[in-house]
Amino acid sequence: MGAAEKLAEMTQEQLVQYLLRLGDNTLVLGHRVSEWCGKSPVLEEDIALANTALDLLGQTQLWLGRAADVQGEGKSADDLAFLRDVWDFRNVLLVELPNGDFGQTLMRQLLFDAYHAVLLAELVNSTDATISAIAEKASKEVAYHLERSRDTVIGLGDGTEESHNRMQAALDLLWPYVGEMFHSDAVDAAAVAAGIGPDPASLRPGFDAIVTAALAEATLVKPDSDFAHKGGRTGAMHTEHLGHMLCQMQWLQRAYPGNKW
Amino acid sequence: MYAQMVKSTGSGAKSREEMTPDEAAFQDKIDADIKIEPRDWMPEGYRKTLIRQIGQHAHSEIVGQLPEGNWITRAPTLERKAILLAKVQDEAGHGLYLYSAAETLGITRDEMTEQLLDGRAKYSSIFNYPTLNWADIGAVGWLVDGAAIMNQVPLQRTSYGPYSRAMIRICKEESFHQRQGYDIVMKMAQGSPEQRKMAQDALNRLWYPSLMMFGPSDKDSVHSAQSMAWKIKINTNDELRQKFVDQTVPQAEFLGLTIPDENLKWNEEKGGYDFSEPDWGEFFDVLKGNGPCNQDRMATRNKAWDDGAWVREGLMAHAEKKRAAKLAAQQAAE
Repeated sequence: MGAAEKLAEMTQEQLVQYLLRLGDNTLVLGHRVSEWCGKSPVLEEDIALANTALDLLGQTQLWLGRAADVQGEGKSADDLAFLRDVWDFRNVLLVELPNGDFGQTLMRQLLFDAYHAVLLAELVNSTDATISAIAEKASKEVAYHLERSRDTVIGLGDGTEESHNRMQAALDLLWPYVGEMFHSDAVDAAAVAAGIGPDPASLRPGFDAIVTAALAEATLVKPDSDFAHKGGRTGAMHTEHLGHMLCQMQWLQRAYPGNKW
Repeated sequence: MYAQMVKSTGSGAKSREEMTPDEAAFQDKIDADIKIEPRDWMPEGYRKTLIRQIGQHAHSEIVGQLPEGNWITRAPTLERKAILLAKVQDEAGHGLYLYSAAETLGITRDEMTEQLLDGRAKYSSIFNYPTLNWADIGAVGWLVDGAAIMNQVPLQRTSYGPYSRAMIRICKEESFHQRQGYDIVMKMAQGSPEQRKMAQDALNRLWYPSLMMFGPSDKDSVHSAQSMAWKIKINTNDELRQKFVDQTVPQAEFLGLTIPDENLKWNEEKGGYDFSEPDWGEFFDVLKGNGPCNQDRMATRNKAWDDGAWVREGLMAHAEKKRAAKLAAQQAAE
């Protein structure tokens, strides 16, 4: 089957939803990471966090730009970022959780980076040339994000008693938000059928390999329960935190509609 | 210009007759534009003054992240947010180069950080003013970075090698910062009535604090005379302030914004603008800690440092464990 023939299997609306999931993850996480500006434990971390946020923001422009194009309503990536309400966001719950302490931020980053790296490695092979090209660019950036979050989690997990305890607490808090990244629904099934992207469940072994090794080296214990909160990537039920984030992020666009900035 | 009122030896520039042979040889190198490098002999006053000056500049870059960071989460478009993040990241990087340059003079970054956090070391007065609307982010780039560039461009030729090299890198990035700031203000000045109001409001609040960045008139300053002889200060505060006003007035006119100074007038004879002095009483209040944001800025930096203690300790402990393990492995192999 040629690529064009396969693409026909995914409806326009499904493809938009698929792209929003990609773009909203990077938008929301990039925003969270940017909240650290000027407040991190050491200057090098300020630079690294800003760098990560900047990469994620750049990826957002590409994913949401593509989503807007496919949607074909004349909207821009900015319209999607700044003028949608909570129920239209399609990011996983993990990325909208508040930063907490530095350890919690870096643990969240490791969990997302591991998923993100494995996902992008598959998306590079997408039958959609634009998705493949964005994934190619993003995967280079994310390889660096993962290296850094992994090293930091290991360093803090296997650091002092206090840093170890804080990292374990962060892992315990965030683990119930891991499972959602590997849930599948009709949009994912259509993406698989069209050769657009992988089945999320198929990414789990790759994720587990990265995270299990990192946690072992960090002397941290993976929680027993695989219970997973859900509702972010479908938009069915976000956390209360996302609305507050949007209040800040969208304020100027909402208060002065139609202005050019 | 992020260094204001840097204390020098306190006794003015030494005359040739007063110099020891070492000091005279040192001054000869400076006069011949030969860079001073970390291992070279240098007068104690030169070293101390430079530590203060570079330290103040570094601290300003670090504290300067805060008024801009105040708008990162509210930037109105993805592109504006990316540009602002990149700019603030550059500033953290400038802090890093400058701390490294100061460390070549025999002080550690941690010591300098402690001096900042307990109030012994200063940072530029400008960062004790708030950023209240989005146009302030434009005005910070246009006016604050614009004023900084006035001082930093000549400092690329400063006598101390590591400082000069840091300034060369910094200046490349600062001119980009100034352009993006002007671009924000321009968009707003040409935008809706509300946006024009924001742009004018930003200019009204930040004009005089920007003029203060150059420091008070230094015609009577003994510190300036010695620093200029050592080429760690290249121009007088008044020269730079005049240059800044002359550059900025036409830019404001182009934008259709009004500089909040009734006395602003072109003076044909001197080939520059006459303008009102800022309120120096306010300037000294800010330096004493009584600016609108001094308490917030220091509280934020102190909280970041204190909250981060466990992270720094954790990472150090891990590095130590790895070092010990590597050593043990080497010994076992022998």
